[in-house]
Amino acid sequence: MNSKKQNKIAIGALYGIAGLVVLILLALLGYILASGLPQLSWHFLTAPAKAFLKGGGVGVQLFNSFYLLILAMAISFPIALGAAIYLYEYARDNWVTTTIRTAIEILSSLPSVVVGLFGFLFFVVKLRLGFSILSGAFALTFFNLPLLTRSIEDSLRTIDLEQREGGLALGLSRWETITRVILPATVPSILTGVILSAGRVFGEAAALIYTAGQSAPALNFADWNPFNISSPLNPMRPAETLAVHIWKINSEGIMPDAKAISSGSSAVLIIAILLFNFAARYVGKRLYKRLTSA
Amino acid sequence: MSEEILTTQDLHLYYGEKEALKGINLNFDAKGITALIGPSGCGKSTYLRTLNRMNDLIPNVTITGTIKFKGENLYAPNADTVEIRKEIGMVFQQPNPFPFSIYDNVIYGLRIAGEKDKEKLDAVVEKSLRQAAVWDEVKDHLHESALALSGGQQQRVCIARVLAVSPEIILLDEPTSALDPVSSSQIEATLLNLRHDYTIIIVTHNLQQASRIADRTAFFMNGELVEVDQTKNIFMNPAKKQTEDYISGRFG
Ligand SMILES: Nc1ncnc2c1ncn2[C@@H]1O[C@H](COP(=O)(O)OP(=O)(O)OP(=O)(O)O)[C@@H](O)[C@H]1O
Ligand SMILES: [Mg+2]
Repeated sequence: MNSKKQNKIAIGALYGIAGLVVLILLALLGYILASGLPQLSWHFLTAPAKAFLKGGGVGVQLFNSFYLLILAMAISFPIALGAAIYLYEYARDNWVTTTIRTAIEILSSLPSVVVGLFGFLFFVVKLRLGFSILSGAFALTFFNLPLLTRSIEDSLRTIDLEQREGGLALGLSRWETITRVILPATVPSILTGVILSAGRVFGEAAALIYTAGQSAPALNFADWNPFNISSPLNPMRPAETLAVHIWKINSEGIMPDAKAISSGSSAVLIIAILLFNFAARYVGKRLYKRLTSA
Repeated sequence: MSEEILTTQDLHLYYGEKEALKGINLNFDAKGITALIGPSGCGKSTYLRTLNRMNDLIPNVTITGTIKFKGENLYAPNADTVEIRKEIGMVFQQPNPFPFSIYDNVIYGLRIAGEKDKEKLDAVVEKSLRQAAVWDEVKDHLHESALALSGGQQQRVCIARVLAVSPEIILLDEPTSALDPVSSSQIEATLLNLRHDYTIIIVTHNLQQASRIADRTAFFMNGELVEVDQTKNIFMNPAKKQTEDYISGRFG
């Protein structure tokens, strides 16, 4: 067989495999959207869930998902940023940094159920936070931190050494070089990483089942005092998220329209994550343009 | 006789075990251009980078000997590298503008140092870009990205960026080797303009370039300074055989 033929066969096989993957993805997406989209309505997106009757919505769950996401990001982003800057810009290669890197590596491959159970034992039980948004946010932080740290470190890595030397050679301190030259140049790619990890966090269920809990008490959307128990902002209330809701309906849902609600919720989840991904691209590109041509 | 602004005495530098500079004694008078020439790997860049402590970034570097800038030891324990680099700026082989506008590139050092006065910043931008002989080419798009410029223009913007912090000494490590001949000669013209006001030390592989622009030339080989003299003496009448061999292209 000559090499030209081999080449053709190889390329054909690769196309075939790639096509198959795309097909599977499209089929999944198509199925979820086709069965879920008809369920969507303003009522579905805003109404609270009903346990035994039909006609419940996912308003509370949707709100919980976003609130948890924001809290988890607010906790994990500064830590991840600091860790990534330290690891990439300051730390020399020695056993301490090797240990930290290995730890991050291991943490990032930890199954999220394990993170959830750890969160349950530590935050819910030991620290007495109970099933609450806060416990959930901490668990998500554990889940998110390694991924985010690595993605920020990768962003820093894309900036040439010459840029750093250029800053230093102007008489900027190390810190000024990082915060005023390197970080602005990496904002778009850091942001992309943040939004993509937001998608993962948004769809996470296993880490939340035993931390944020599986119940979604009705919220009073007129009460924004975080200390009131029915306030949406109260971080100590249990908060079932959309992903947990899907899991729960499918395993033990007893409302008559469980199937429809599960399909609708899945569609909402998928659409939200797709939006995150498109937003990541769009915002990243726009920001890069803005920053590089002031 | 003008005063010596920068002096190096018995300078040794080790990368780990490897001795890259083997006792350099070399002094620089204020103002004028000194070229550092020599075969690849002889330590020119290494030497240049000791002069503004750029080698601090590299792990496992050991330096012995003394470098004094205006009588102050650059490697004294209490020496402030940030201040040193404001006085001794550096331009690199690859043009490395920041991914910001031309204007922002030039004033970056000043702005971070806290200068806010818009008029003053505007004036500095114009002055520095003029000094770097790139003003006419960029004056109409100061607020566009510096990355959109040609390599030669980028390099001159980088020179302007260094000038804007008003250093006394400018170090250049093969600033034209990544550029086309036209851009190179523009950079050379720029440097000739600056030689009356700044002390310029330039590493170059281009012997013609050294002979065209340098007042003095230093020849390095294998981590040692072989000889340093007026440029025309080095090229017409070198004292050492090694220099003559190198100049006449017998090696390196
Ligand atoms: N970071 C480093 N770690 C270890 N050795 C190095 C490092 N940088 C340079 N060297 C070595 O030190 C010696 C001098 O290098 P240097 O870069 O100063 O040479 P140069 O004269 O600038 O060469 P060129 O003309 O190719 O730029 C070389 O043998 C080089 O391999
Ligand atoms: Mg070099």
